[in-house]
Amino acid sequence: MTIGLAHYLVVGAVLFGLGLFTVLTRRNAISILMGVELILNSANINYVAFSHYSAGNVEGQIYAIFVIMLAAAEAAVGLAIVLAIFQIFHTIDVGAAETLKE
Amino acid sequence: MDLNNLDSLQFFYPEIVLTGVILFLILVDLVVVDKRWVGYFAFAGCLLSLWATLRLYVAPEGWLFHRMIVLDNFSLFFKVVSLVAALSVMWISFSSREVRSVHQGEYYTILLTSALGMFFMASSTNLLMAYLSLELVSLTSYILTGFLPRNRRSSEAALKYLIYGGVASGTMIYGMSWVFGMTGSLDYARINEVLAPGGMNHLTLFIAFLFILAGFGYKIVFVPFHMWSPDVYQGAPTPITAFLSVGSNAAGVAILIRFFFPAVSRLGDEGNWLFLTGVEWPHFLLYVSMVTMTVGNLCALNQQNVKRLLAYSGIAHAGYILMGLVVLNNEGLKAMLLYIIVYLIMNLGAFLVVVIVANATGREDIEGYRGLARRGAAIPAVCMAIFLFSLTGLPPLAGFVGKFFLFAAAIREEFYYLAVVAIINSVISLYYYARVVKTMFLDEPSPADQQVLMTPKDSALLGVLSSLTVVFGLYWGPLVHYTNESLRFFMK
Repeated sequence: MTIGLAHYLVVGAVLFGLGLFTVLTRRNAISILMGVELILNSANINYVAFSHYSAGNVEGQIYAIFVIMLAAAEAAVGLAIVLAIFQIFHTIDVGAAETLKE
Repeated sequence: MDLNNLDSLQFFYPEIVLTGVILFLILVDLVVVDKRWVGYFAFAGCLLSLWATLRLYVAPEGWLFHRMIVLDNFSLFFKVVSLVAALSVMWISFSSREVRSVHQGEYYTILLTSALGMFFMASSTNLLMAYLSLELVSLTSYILTGFLPRNRRSSEAALKYLIYGGVASGTMIYGMSWVFGMTGSLDYARINEVLAPGGMNHLTLFIAFLFILAGFGYKIVFVPFHMWSPDVYQGAPTPITAFLSVGSNAAGVAILIRFFFPAVSRLGDEGNWLFLTGVEWPHFLLYVSMVTMTVGNLCALNQQNVKRLLAYSGIAHAGYILMGLVVLNNEGLKAMLLYIIVYLIMNLGAFLVVVIVANATGREDIEGYRGLARRGAAIPAVCMAIFLFSLTGLPPLAGFVGKFFLFAAAIREEFYYLAVVAIINSVISLYYYARVVKTMFLDEPSPADQQVLMTPKDSALLGVLSSLTVVFGLYWGPLVHYTNESLRFFMK
C-alpha cells in the first residue's frame, strides 16, 4: 500500500477532531492549551501534505513553519495568563475561574 | 501594480512609522522617569502614522511585497479607522484611573502593536498574511485584556479570550488549508482564478468557508462565536474594552469583506457581486445576521453591568453590520463602512462616559449611575443619552443614518424578513438603552453616591464625539462621500 494524500488528510482530520474534543471536555487550562496545539498541528499536516501532493509549490510548507512559530508565541502568552490565574485562584481548573457572571 | 520588496517600501510609510514608534517606545520607557511621556510619544507617533496614511490617498493602487498585501482605498479606510480608534483609546487611557497604575511602556507598546496588526488585517491579500495579522491582533488583545495585575476579572477574561481565540484561529487555518489544497495557492487573486470556472466540490468548499468564518466571526463577534465577548468586555480594562469593541471588530469586518468579496466572488454589472462557487454562504449569513442581533438584544435586557450591557449591544450591532454583507452589492458594503464609522464614534463615546464614572466612583453597574445628572455630571449624562439613543438608531443622530442605509440596502434587494427583524430588534434595544438613561436622569441619587467630576481632557474628547454624533445625524453628505470613495478594491 502506498501512502497518498488521503492518508495524511485523514490523520489531519482525526487530529483536528481530537483537539476539539480535548478543548471541549478538559477542565484543566494546560490541557485545553494542548488541545489548541493539536488543532494547529492538524492544519500543519494538511498544509504540508497539500503542498507536496497537489499544489506543487512550497507555500504550504512555509505556512506550516509560520504556524509553528505562532503556536510558540501563543503558548508563551497562554502560559503567562495561566500562571496569573494560578497565582490568583490557586488552581488552573477553568471551572473555578467563574467570577464573571451575568 | 505588482511591486517587489524594495519598491514597496515607499508605499509602506504608515506601517514603518508605527513599527519605528513601537521600538522607540521600548527605549523611551527605559530612560524617562515620568512615565506619562511614553503615552504622549505613542500618541504623537500615531498622529504621524495617520498623516502618512492620509498622504497615500494620492498613491497608485497595487500589490505590495509580492502580492502579500494590497494598497487601495479600502485598506486605507480601515487604517484610518484603526488609528482613530487607537488615538481615542490612548486619550481615554491618559485619564483612566484603572490603567494609570499599570506599566505604561508595555501598555502603549502593545496597544500600538495591536493597531499595526489591524493595518495588516485590512490589507492582506494572502491567506498567510491574513492568518499572521489576525494572530498579531489576537495575541496583543489577550495581553491587554489581562493587563491588570492581580485582578481576578482581568485574568479570567484573558484566559477565556485566549481559549476561544486559539480554537477559533486554529479552526480558521484548518479551513484555509482546505482552500489551499483545492486551489493550490494562498494568493487571493489566484484563488479567484481557480475557483471562477467552478467544478469544485461544493460541500467541501462550503465546509472550508464555514471553518474560515469561525476565525473571522470571533473577531467580529457574531453568533455562535460570541460567547467570549461579554466576559472579556467586562473583565478587560475599560479603555481596552473600547478598543476591542470598535478596533478589532472593524478589522474583522475588513478581513471578512476582503476574503469573501474580492477573493471568492466576482464583481458583476452595476455593483452586484456574484459568488463564484455555488456555495450558499450569503444565504447562511442571512440567518447568522438575524440570530446575532436577536441574541445580542435579548441578552442585553437584563444586564446590571454597563460594560456587559455594551458588550451584548456590540453583538447586536455586529448583526446589523452583517446585513450589508448579505445583500451582496456595493450599496450594502458602503452601508457597512458608513455604519463602522458611526459605530466607532458613538461606542467610543459611551465607553468614555463609563470611564469617567468609573474614575470618580469605581463602579460599573447601572446602580452606580443613579441620578448621575444631579451629581455634578450633567454634561456626561446628557452625552451618554446622546450616544445611547444614537446606538438605538433614533433620529436625528448618527446611528439613525447608519441604520437607515443598512436597512435601505436590505429592502432594495427585497430582504423584507431581514429588515423587519432588524427593525423589531432596534425597538427592543430601546428598552435597555433607555433604562440607563432613566437611571441617570429620573432616579434619585442616594447620599452615599459620590460626585462625578471630569478632567479637561475627558471633556474635550466627550465634546468632539458627541458633537460628531449629532452633526453626522443632520449632515451626512461628507460621510457618504468618504465611504463611497473607500469602497475600491484592487483586484488585478
